[in-house]
Formats: sequence, C-alpha cells, structure tokens
Amino acid sequence: MVRHLSARDIDWTLLVIVLLICAVGVLQIYSVTRGSDSHSAWWKQILYVLGGLVLMWLVLPSDYHAMLHHVPLMYLVSIAALLGTYFVGEASFGATRGIPLGFGIHLQVSEFVKLVIILLVARYLTDLRTDELGFWEMLKLAGLVLIPAALVLKQPDLGTALTYIGILAVGVFLAGLHWKYVLVIVAGAALMVPIGLHFLKDYQKARLVSFRDPELDPRGAGYQVIQSQTAIGSGGMFGKGVTKGTQAQLHFLPVPSKDFIFAAFAEEHGFVGVVLMLALYFVMIMRIVQNAQTAPERAGMYICMGVAALLLSHILINVGMVAGLMPVTGIPLPFMSAGGSSIWTSFLALGLVNNVRLRRFVN
Amino acid sequence: MTLPPTDPNSANLSSERPHLHDDTRFAAPKIAIFQYATVILFLFLISGFWRLQVENPDRYKERAEQNRFKSMPILAPRGRILDRDGRVIVDNHASFTLILTRENLKEEHLKPIAEGLDLDLGDLQEIVRRYRTRPKYEFIRLKEEMTPADLAFVDSHRDFFPELEITEAQHRLYPQNGAMAHVLGYTGGISLQELDTPDFAKYKPGDVIGKFGVERQYNDTLMGIDGQRQVEVDSRGQIRAEDKATLKPSVPGKDLQLTIDLDLQMVAELAMDGRNGAVVALDPRTGEVLAMVSRPTFDPNKFAAHISARDLKELNDNPDKPFFNRAIQAAQAPGSTFKPIMALAALQSGTIDENFTVHCPGGANFYGRYYRCHLKTGHGAVALHKGIVQSCDTYFYTIGNKMGIDDIAQYADMVGYGHTTGIDLPHEAQGVVPSPGWAIHTQGRKWYAGETISVSIGQGALTVTPIEMARAVAGIAMGGVWHRPRVGKEQPDNPTEWPLNPQFVKDVVDGMYGVVNEGGTGGRAWLPNIEVCGKTGTAQVASAEYVKAKGGGHELKDNAWFVGFAPRSAPEILVVALFEHGAEGPLAAPIVRDVLTAYFDKKTRIETLRQQAAAVAAGEAAVRTLGLPGPGRSN
Repeated sequence: MVRHLSARDIDWTLLVIVLLICAVGVLQIYSVTRGSDSHSAWWKQILYVLGGLVLMWLVLPSDYHAMLHHVPLMYLVSIAALLGTYFVGEASFGATRGIPLGFGIHLQVSEFVKLVIILLVARYLTDLRTDELGFWEMLKLAGLVLIPAALVLKQPDLGTALTYIGILAVGVFLAGLHWKYVLVIVAGAALMVPIGLHFLKDYQKARLVSFRDPELDPRGAGYQVIQSQTAIGSGGMFGKGVTKGTQAQLHFLPVPSKDFIFAAFAEEHGFVGVVLMLALYFVMIMRIVQNAQTAPERAGMYICMGVAALLLSHILINVGMVAGLMPVTGIPLPFMSAGGSSIWTSFLALGLVNNVRLRRFVN
Repeated sequence: MTLPPTDPNSANLSSERPHLHDDTRFAAPKIAIFQYATVILFLFLISGFWRLQVENPDRYKERAEQNRFKSMPILAPRGRILDRDGRVIVDNHASFTLILTRENLKEEHLKPIAEGLDLDLGDLQEIVRRYRTRPKYEFIRLKEEMTPADLAFVDSHRDFFPELEITEAQHRLYPQNGAMAHVLGYTGGISLQELDTPDFAKYKPGDVIGKFGVERQYNDTLMGIDGQRQVEVDSRGQIRAEDKATLKPSVPGKDLQLTIDLDLQMVAELAMDGRNGAVVALDPRTGEVLAMVSRPTFDPNKFAAHISARDLKELNDNPDKPFFNRAIQAAQAPGSTFKPIMALAALQSGTIDENFTVHCPGGANFYGRYYRCHLKTGHGAVALHKGIVQSCDTYFYTIGNKMGIDDIAQYADMVGYGHTTGIDLPHEAQGVVPSPGWAIHTQGRKWYAGETISVSIGQGALTVTPIEMARAVAGIAMGGVWHRPRVGKEQPDNPTEWPLNPQFVKDVVDGMYGVVNEGGTGGRAWLPNIEVCGKTGTAQVASAEYVKAKGGGHELKDNAWFVGFAPRSAPEILVVALFEHGAEGPLAAPIVRDVLTAYFDKKTRIETLRQQAAAVAAGEAAVRTLGLPGPGRSN
C-alpha cells in the first residue's frame, strides 16, 4: 500500500521559483540594510531560508492524512498559544505578536497558526464530503476560523487575521456555497463594518482613512503610504539600481527590509523588475494550484488550495499596501521579507503542498 | 491537454471509486475561477505599479528629491559698526541658533521641546500657529545664543525631534553699560507686523534686522544676504552628503563707519553718568556728529539674544523711558540758550543795533504784568554784549517785545527750530516754534501778547530738541551755514545757507565768549588756552506757581542746558548738553567742558605725534642725504 517516496517527486519547478524569490529578497535585504545597525540581516535571511528548507523536508515523510487526524489537538494548542502570546508575549512595535524564544528570536505564533487554519479547513470540508455546503456547516467552520482570527486581531494584527479569512473564504468557495448564502454573508459583513470599526484601534482606523487619501495626513498615518508610493514611483521604468534607492537607503521608506521590501525593490528595479517579480509570484501560485488539481482526493486539494489562498492573500495585502491599493496592515511578503517566522511558515506551507504532491499516486 | 482530467492517474482513481464522492472533479470549475481571479488580482496589482512608475514617475522622482535634498541657510554676518577713526564699536561673535524646521514639525513635539529648552509653551504654539500660512520651507528661529545645556539637549534628542536644527550665527556685541545704545540701536528677528509693512516686504520671516538706531537706519548696508547650501539628508534629518555645486555662499554685510569719535563719546557718557538728559557733540564745519548720549539708557546686548518678556516689560514700563533718545526726541524749552538767537534776530531784522540799551531794575512791566529778571537786584544798563553775558531777561523781554512774535518765529524757523534736522537716525522728533498762526491751528485760541515776552527768553510754548539746538547754534557760529547733522560717515551734507551780517554774528559770538570768559553764567565751561563760547539755559518745566503748589519735586525741577563751541574764531566742535531737572543752567556747563577738553587734548596729542613723526622723517631724510647709517636702526 505504501509506495516508496522519492525526493525526485517533489515540485522542483516550484522550489526553484521560490528560491529565486528568496534570492531576490536576500539581495534586497542586503541593499537596504547596508551600513545600518541591521547590516547582517541578509546572511541571517540565508540561514532562515536554509532552515526553512529543512523544515519543509521534515514535513514530507508523515502523511498529511495523519496531520489532519491531529487537527483538533493542533487547533486547541494554537488557541492556547495565541492566548499565551496575549499574556506573556513581549511588546514590540506596540503589538504583542511574539513569544521570546531566547537568542533574540521571537516566535510569531500567528504565523504558524496559518498552517493549522489550512489543515482545519481541509479536515472540516473533507469530513463533510458534500458538494454543496450547508449554511449551518458554513457558519460552524467560520466560527472555528474566526476565533483565532479574533485573537490575532486583538494583538493587534489585522493583516494576519485577514489571511485566515482568505483561507476560509477560498475553502468555503471550493466546497460550494449557494449564492443565497453568499448574499447573506455579504449582508452580514456589511453589518459588521460599523461594529468592526468600533473595535479597531485608532491607528488602524487612521490607516484605513489614510489609505483612501494619504495626502490628508501626510505626516501622520499617511506618511508610510506616501513614502512607499514615492519610492515606487521614483523607480520609474528601470529603477535606480541596487543600493541606489534613496528612499530606502535614507530611511524615508519605513521598515524597508520587512513589510515595505517590495517598495524598496520597486524603487531599485523599476516597473520591469516589478512585473518580473510578480510574474514569479504568479507562476508560484499557479504551480500550487496545479498541485491542488493533481491531488489524489479532496483533503489534499483543500490543503494545496489553502496554501495558494494563504500566499495569494499575503501577496495581495502586502503588495497592494505598498502600492497604496490596500490599507496599511503590516504583514510580510512571503519569501522576500526579512524574518524567520514568515520564511519558516512559508516553507512549511510548501512542505504541505509537496506532502500532497508526493502522495498523488498513492492510495 | 483538456481539463479534466489533467492527471490520468486521478482519472483512474475516480473511475475505480466513483461513489466515494472523494474525487476532486467537483472543484475543477471553481479552481479555474480561482485561477482567473488570481490573474485579475495580479493585473490589478500591476496596474497600481503602472500608475506610479510608468504614468507619473517624474512626480514621484521629484518627491524623492525633495525628501532627500534640503537647503540649509548660511547666515550672512552683519557688517560691523566703526567709529570715525575706524575703531570697532559693534562687532559680531559666533553663537549657535536653534532652528525649528516646519517640514518635519510634529505638533505633539512642541511640549517636550519647550520643556527641554526652557521655552514658554504658549509662546511657542503661538509662533507656530502664526507661521501656519507661510510656505513650509520657511523655518522658525527658536532660540539664539544657545547654552551648552541647550546644545546637549538637541544633540541627544536628534532622533526624537528631527525638526530641530542648529546653525551657527553671528551675534552683535555692543559696548557695555548701554553706552551709545541710542545711536547704535539693536537688532532682532523681524516681527510679523513688520513683514506686513512695505519697508520690510523684501525680508522673510526669521531674518534678523535692525530695530532701532543706526542698526535700523543702515540696515540695508549692514545686513548681508544669506547663502544656501544643498545637503542630502536621511529621514532623521542627519546630513549624509553636501552638494558643492549648488552652494550659494552668503554675502556678508558691509561695515558702517560713523562720524562718532569713540574718545569723545566715552567722555560724554561718563559726564552724563547718573544724570538724565542728553549730550550732542558735532563738528559745526560739517555737521558730523562726534558724540551723542542719551540717559537713562538700556543694554542692547540683551536684545542680541532673545530678550525675555520680563526684561522688555521692565524697560517699557520705566517712567524714565530708557528707549527714548533724548538727543533727538526730547523737545524741551531752550530757556536762555535761545537768547543768542534772539540777539541775532533783533540785529538782523534791524529792530536794534548793538548800542541799544535797556535799563534792568530786576524786571519790567509788559501788558499789565510784571516780568522778573533772574537777577532780582537788576543788571542796570544793559546793551547787547552784557545782555548775553549776564543773560539779562529784561533786555530780551524788551527786544522781543520790540521785534514781535512774527519776526521771532521767522528767525527761529530760519535756524531750524520747529523742524527735524534730517539726522540719519530713526524717530527724530521736532520742537515747536509758537506763533499766532500756531496758536489758532493747534490750540484753537488766539495769541496772547504776554506769550511773546516768554518766548523771548526761550520759555512759553517754544521747545527744541538737543540736536536742533546743536545744528542751530553751529550754523550761527559758522556765520550762516547750517549743515545736516549726521552719524553716517558717507552721508550727503545738503547745507542750508542764509546771508548773515558777519558783524552781527561776531557780536553774538563775542557775547557767548563773554558768557564763559568774562564772568558770565557759563564760567564753568572755561578752558585754559581755548576760546570757548557758550550759553547757559535754565528752562522751567512748569510755571513757578504750579511748582509751588505741588511742593517742588524732582520731576518739576528746571532743566539745565548748555551749548558751547570752540575755538571762537574758527569753531571746530560744538557741544549741547541737556541735564534734565538739573535745576540750573550752569550745572550743564561742566558736561560740555569735559567733552571740549577731551576734543582739544586729543587734537594736541595727535598734533604732537605728527610733529614728532615729521621730525623723525626730517632727521632720516637728512641722514640719507649725508649718506650716513641711520641712527639706532641697525638692529
């Protein structure tokens, strides 16, 4: 029954694309941190990527069905960890997002919970074995996802919470939701807006307003958007060249090695670079979707599509933010932004995709 | 390959277990929709970059340049102020000025900044508010003369307050103890009210301009043109590089040479120590002012830095008005100093000749009222010379009455009374020459004949400023040429001439010589070997009845005047002293004497030096012609 698993069968095309993106990320991190306090960030990033590859490798042997079996436990641990973050997490940038692990590394629990959400959605929808999702089933799933999402939102980390909802939305869409329920959800969401605004932090509200018109408050909430757009726009067609981006080099661009790395990239490499980079990301998503299409059964398909949904929402929220198309929510760009948690989660997600892929001929 | 199946294996799988509902085929169209949605989302993202990078790159490039290039002012040093010999009176010294840039200004920073730098938060907010309508690049000068503590505060908080910048600036260094303060004036940051006036329209907020005295009068000469340098800065405002190509150096202000003689000035300052009043010394041949003192005074160095509101209030509220330049602004009754002018007017108008004699029994009756002479026992028979020397009131009552107010007013006008002298200092005031016309126009009443009698001895409504008196008497001493008094060395003269009978001038001047040298009222101005001419004046501040009713008091005491010049035949210097509430004219004479002494001492000293130099030069020339080695020059 169990066939021999071969490393040859992992998605090498996908891996090459991802490593290309990582390489561009490392170069960009090197460029923007040169001569600053965090000038060693680029080789740390290489170590993170290597660590990510190891994590991806470790995910491969155990069958994803086994992982799905343990979803309830993982879910409870995640909730507990998120609550733990809330109570013991150290404040950084005014947000309690990480648990200190020592050696200056902060584990961002909410990053890893994304994977649990993917598995949760896959398990739930697979267990239902239906081609059309019932309303109450949908609500139950939504409730399961919204609990950790609410905890993350409380941290406060709106961007990450949105990626959870992205995974949920794609899962529900694939499971098949009657258009009547779609209407109900849209109406419900519309009702939620004023309530949601009530719970948003002031700075989050300011960001929403400044997203619509950054010039309203050029020195406050609109500052980041304006500086990011200035960086991107001043890059022009071909960019200013590596290490020549003045917006990033002179620190006008906020966190140029993390959340705003794509703006720094766009400044130094121009529109041509942006299109090539987005093309890489697009092919990456499409490769993952292809793995969903070749999945042996629905659980694997849901897992792959969950990963695709996760990465797509990350790209949409982050790249949309730096270009001023989306509100500023502060989430990393997968495989490019400096930081271990983001890289590791992304590689673990790739591990899930490959885990499914390796078993496409099995059963 | 058509969809589905993409994978033959999965097709096999589904055919084997069709009833399990575990195939993924049901999701295929939805996955396709997801793919199309992904395409659309990526196109949406690319459209955003297209708009920024392809459609408007120039707009954002410009913004990026504005971000990183800042123009920093290079403050131009103000010109120095020199005395007539080129000695420095006002110099600059370097100090640090704190600038608040408004491009990076965050409102909530004002409070910690005010606390850290010991500034008034309310004032600071008001300044920022008032600048709101101005272009962003205009900066605010927050604190001049920064202390080491201020510098340390700004340096250590550079990351927190990127809006704070330090520039080195030149500051004015004025003579100590308020010496010459009224002539020199002071500088200060241009006020927003001043910016609205046409005179100051060419300046911008933050400019330091002259506010008073020659600093104001010659602001355009003294003030340089600020330069600019372009620097590349990071987001915290720290300079990363400087663009040398666009450097616009500052143009320093020009030095200003005054006609003031620092030696005489300091003597006059000392002579006025502890007294209120004014001293003006000028060269009657040119009108050049050699010394000008006004007391009480203020310390302009306090204005060089930011003057505290308390100090300013104290100065403004002082009843003695320290800002008032008495030399050009205090219009007071001239008293007996008017008598030489009366004498000249009477001679020149043909009212009297020099032999005209009046009997003085100690007073005389005019228009039903008895006018007393200052000497109760009377001067006996008084002709012109004795009249001036003894300052006999009865004599001048009589000739004034004979001449009539119209002639008196005409000659007073001729010597410049009732007009500003046109001295190159701001805020000059003018005295009043009363006449029947003046009474109707300004008082709405008719002229009383008795007023003519009062005016004849320099009382009544007649007032003059010290500078008016200096110019008037200098013109007479020069035989009818009135020069424009001025403190700027390179100012045009523009003299007024009036054909005076030289004999009449000599009669009056001889009378003034007698005042000092023939036992007259000005004996205290006497100098050995110098023919000093002069005239005392004791001017009532209020009528005798009023003073008696009030029981005296310092502020009601008479003002003492003395006007003197020397030498008699060829006057080189003329000095006017006004000693406010000095009680008696003779008390002002020593002030004038001190200045005259200083002048002639200095002249002698220079003459001696010149002669010695000439003797040495002659000796050397003699030695050269004889072909001998120079004496004492071998080392």
